[in-house]
Amino acid sequence: MNSATVRNLLVRGMLAGLAAGVLALVVAYLLGEPYVDKAIAFEDAHAHEHEMEVVSRSLQSTAGLATGVLVYGVAFGGIAALAYCFALGRVGRFSPRATALLLSGTALLAVYVVPFLKYPANPPSVGDPDTIGKRTALYFLMMLLSVLLAIAATLLGKRLAPSLGTWWATVVAVAAFAVVIGLAYQFLPTINEVPAHFPAALLWRFRLSALAIQSVLWAGFGLLFGELAERQLNPAPAKAPSGRTAPASN
Amino acid sequence: MAQTVAQPTATPSALPAKLPLKAIAPWAVFFGVLMLVLLYFVGAEQGATSVFSGTDVHEWVHDARHLLGFPCH
Repeated sequence: MNSATVRNLLVRGMLAGLAAGVLALVVAYLLGEPYVDKAIAFEDAHAHEHEMEVVSRSLQSTAGLATGVLVYGVAFGGIAALAYCFALGRVGRFSPRATALLLSGTALLAVYVVPFLKYPANPPSVGDPDTIGKRTALYFLMMLLSVLLAIAATLLGKRLAPSLGTWWATVVAVAAFAVVIGLAYQFLPTINEVPAHFPAALLWRFRLSALAIQSVLWAGFGLLFGELAERQLNPAPAKAPSGRTAPASN
Repeated sequence: MAQTVAQPTATPSALPAKLPLKAIAPWAVFFGVLMLVLLYFVGAEQGATSVFSGTDVHEWVHDARHLLGFPCH
């Protein structure tokens, strides 16, 4: 019974992730791709040797982009649904729908925004190929740290709630999260591999578009999955409000 | 009479019950790992580390990797 509930939520999470991925793909294609093309044009104008194209640009910017964004959506949809199963009824007195939106907002912050502020997304031609190992390790480390700290802050808030009350427990938990993340920002190495003369406006707009993609993905996921979860967990459709207040006699 | 009887629900907006950890754990382990593998192939394969040789996977998801914020090359 409970196992079936988890399975159904997981399936809905992956479907909602796929649908949110489609929304994010539209944003990525319309908003992000023009900057990828401009960055590649900069790269071509400054590169001494040209690499052989393994996958054509027209495929990379369409089918390749779609594969990446949709798989990302499904994968995070599944993970978020599993996290949702843990969070349900445990984080506070929230309805299934509100829990979903709260979770996806937190996920956007913990999975993307917090790592992004330290190691932001980079367009092609920004980044030294020789340091890819170090940069990948640091990025995933920052992501892992941020997610674990978000979980720790949630547990801290739950523990403090009986003594401080929900409001101040939440304030203290968020402040503790911010302080530890600030320390991580301070002590983890900074990476700046922007080539000389790379247009600052292009870099800025590329990064904004990357942020927009993630915002649409997680907002879409939260709303879609919340609706699906609400319908699964509270299946009785709400009747007209008058039917609820009136007694069952006519 | 024509109206169906409203069900006597305990609370106006039903709050969800906790799902027992025992019910979540098997799904979380198997699908959690599977989802992380998918993320690895989108985000890092044939960049910092490679399961398959060559650059086909990297080149195919190249644009997604940049736009989703992963370090690419």
